[in-house]
Amino acid sequence: MISIFGIPSQALFGQLLIGLINGSFYALLSLGLAVIFGMLNIINFTHGAQYMMGAFVAYLVLQYLGLNYWVALLIAPILVGLTGVIIERLFLKRLYQLDHLYGLLLTFGLALIIQGVFRNYYGSSGLPYQVPELLRGGQNLGFMFLPNYRAWVIFFSLVVCLGTWFVIERTRLGAYLRAATENPTLVRAFGINVPRMITLTYGFGVGLAAIAGVMAAPIYNVSPLMGEDIIIVVFAVVVIGGMGSIMGAIVTGFALGLIEGLTKVFFPEASNTVIFVIMAIVLLIRPAGLFGRAT
Amino acid sequence: MSDAASLLDVDGLQAWYGESHILHGVTFHVLPGEVVTLLGRNGAGKTTTLKSIMGIVGQRTGSVRFDGAELIGRTSDQIARAGLAFCPEERGIFASLNVEENLLLPPQVRPGGLDVAAIFTLFPNLKERLRSQGTKLSGGEQQMLAIGRILRTGARLLLLDEPTEGLAPVIIQQIGHTIRALKAQGFTILLVEQNFRFASTVADRYYIMEHGRVVEQFANAELEANLDKLHEYLGV
Ligand SMILES: Nc1ncnc2c1ncn2[C@@H]1O[C@H](COP(=O)(O)OP(=O)(O)OP(=O)(O)O)[C@@H](O)[C@H]1O
Ligand SMILES: [Mg+2]
Repeated sequence: MISIFGIPSQALFGQLLIGLINGSFYALLSLGLAVIFGMLNIINFTHGAQYMMGAFVAYLVLQYLGLNYWVALLIAPILVGLTGVIIERLFLKRLYQLDHLYGLLLTFGLALIIQGVFRNYYGSSGLPYQVPELLRGGQNLGFMFLPNYRAWVIFFSLVVCLGTWFVIERTRLGAYLRAATENPTLVRAFGINVPRMITLTYGFGVGLAAIAGVMAAPIYNVSPLMGEDIIIVVFAVVVIGGMGSIMGAIVTGFALGLIEGLTKVFFPEASNTVIFVIMAIVLLIRPAGLFGRAT
Repeated sequence: MSDAASLLDVDGLQAWYGESHILHGVTFHVLPGEVVTLLGRNGAGKTTTLKSIMGIVGQRTGSVRFDGAELIGRTSDQIARAGLAFCPEERGIFASLNVEENLLLPPQVRPGGLDVAAIFTLFPNLKERLRSQGTKLSGGEQQMLAIGRILRTGARLLLLDEPTEGLAPVIIQQIGHTIRALKAQGFTILLVEQNFRFASTVADRYYIMEHGRVVEQFANAELEANLDKLHEYLGV
């Protein structure tokens, strides 16, 4: 067996793959947070619950309507995004003039309520969700075995992340978003309905979380608490990358997944804490985050 | 006072920022095709008047009629869509947008705006800098961009807030030339200025503001006769 630095290559690549998978979810989730923060100036603590809701939509539409993974991948972001639109219209829009703390408390409270409701009905043990038929099995790459579904997760997460980046940084619609992030009053005085844009942005960011939730369902099981576990790490990722930077969120998400995987190989004891250690260091050296603009 | 033929008719306009009452009943009008200038000292309420017309102050009362339709009570995006465009004092160039994106940002609210080629004819500098970050331009170029981008929208009334502030004489001349060209093309312009020497090269009429009110008005032909009063009001 080949080994690298005394580590069997199978184990190394295996952990790197797990790192990339986790990184795919970190990237999708921190991207959604960055999009929302950029436009609404709210740190969306409901994000983990919305990720969980995405997974549950996949589970429920399969269970009750017989709709498969691919359909779920399409309708979960729409449905969960719609709940986001309602939350923004009912609650968040009242908070923009107030201190950050209010948005944080509100979204945190909503997360607790949503998770509580799901736990009440579905317990906390987790429900199984099958890998879609088309993506069962895997490829033997020689140096490792690559399950098809995991390859798909990495690929699709990259597509969604880069697609979002492209729309925001390179299109007309994205120019409206960037401009409204900088100076919403002036953009509105040009005749653009900025409040509606803010609502849709929140719905979109929440939809990204739901996509991540559907993709996670076959890997991690569907559980009311699945969002709570991952979102803590994702907030650390966002702090490291810098709130509000689109590319920063994507790159940091994937990079930290990989670093976590590598730590599992070389220093397993630290694998659960490495991201938080990096966060502490980044906060000391660059408080605005690696890609953040100091304000 | 109000003229049936006015394009813009401001009557008894009051405005507040939070608790502070800034405008105490501003009344003036602008006829179609005119260039009208608001003059006044620092803090007289000129910018607040433009912002109140655009619907971007906290609270306002009174009447602002554009083309006969009341604007008080409408949101600023609805006001823009009625055919007004605003060029703010601080220019409002977006740092996260390049020059081209800044130029194309304001949506067309009605037909009849200038096309991009016509804007480049007015401001040739912009054409060379399309890929630059908006805020990397010189002050004069940023001002040209700030004016240029609202010409595409089809708005008939342009509100320009101190477009010459802090600019070199040669650029001020170019902006004067632009304003005359726009007037010749049928735009109506409400200009805020401190520099009445510049204003006198473009304006048809003047209103002088003090402490949130219009206190004086005269036509361009009467400027020389009013110089003493003007010096007194502007404190120059
Ligand atoms: N955002 C604000 N909040 C509270 N007060 C304000 C605000 N903006 C302006 N003011 C006050 O309103 C008054 C009028 O200000 P405004 O900007 O309209 O004056 P101006 O005539 O445009 O002056 P300048 O020539 O300096 O631009 C001033 O006393 C100013 O301090
Ligand atoms: Mg002013």
